Amino acid sequence: MAKVTFREDECKGCGLCTDACPKKILQLSKDKINKKGHHPAECVKPEECIGCASCAIMCPDCIITVER
Amino acid sequence: MIVFERPKSLIDVPLHYCPGCTHGIVHRLVAEAIDELGIEGKTVGIAPVGCSVMAYDYFNCDMIEAAHGRAPAVATGVKRSDPDNLIVFTYQGDGDLASIGTAETVHAAARNENITVIFINNAIYGMTGGQMAPTSLPGQVTQTSPYGRDVNLCGYPVKICEMLSELEGPEYLERVTVNSVKNVRNAKRAIKKAFQNQIDGKGFSLIEVISSCPTNWGMTPKEALQWIDDKMIPYYPLGVYKDRSAGILCNPNKEEK
Repeated sequence: MAKVTFREDECKGCGLCTDACPKKILQLSKDKINKKGHHPAECVKPEECIGCASCAIMCPDCIITVER
Repeated sequence: MIVFERPKSLIDVPLHYCPGCTHGIVHRLVAEAIDELGIEGKTVGIAPVGCSVMAYDYFNCDMIEAAHGRAPAVATGVKRSDPDNLIVFTYQGDGDLASIGTAETVHAAARNENITVIFINNAIYGMTGGQMAPTSLPGQVTQTSPYGRDVNLCGYPVKICEMLSELEGPEYLERVTVNSVKNVRNAKRAIKKAFQNQIDGKGFSLIEVISSCPTNWGMTPKEALQWIDDKMIPYYPLGVYKDRSAGILCNPNKEEK
């Protein structure tokens, strides 16, 4: 079971992970605001994650951990 | 099983870069290369002046802050003090390496100093607020060229890889980018090779990374990565410009022009 976790408070909401995801299951949260004042990235359909780590490879702040 | 996590050579603190700035990706690639080659304990990094001036807060190895543009000169001194045990890399932006530090860069390459240089080219002065850099594209709008860079007034951009590839000195010159997953993987291979060259004692390796600056280009992070594809790469073609050990001694794109 693939799993992707974000350290939400360090996310700057750039959205590069959402573009990199081949399954298009990541989005910038519409209702949450983190400590920095950004809308953090989140996984909307965790069950569809394939654990390819494309999001983590493109994350400039290195806040994504991928397990498989 | 964890397939991706923060590398150990990257200290666990938030990076100060703007949202979507690809400096963070390149920091991570350098840290991953240090981890994978197992050289964490003997690596010395030289930080530049520019956006990445605080690189010494992020890499989990010894770091020295050099005067503006003088990182290759400092790296030369560090490396020559203990050439058998130390691994020395510099991490420089285009305002540092291609502008005030051109002399140090060219002469370190000409001497074939056994160091690794990571050169971030984002075609603008980021930290000081988006002034025109030596690498700004012709016609590019910046704070100091509001009608676009006029080549009759300001001259043409400096192409570092092409320029250095004419020298006999350097061992390895490659230009890569980090605007997609594929290109990030390729950049990682190049950076790792640059460190491996130093471990093998081959000499001067420079990796030019075409990077983005969403804030000063006035774009969203996504548009900035597209702009790299549309504008930067046609002007700064990617590829290996020199690999003396493999017999590549000239500019790969020369025939096309």
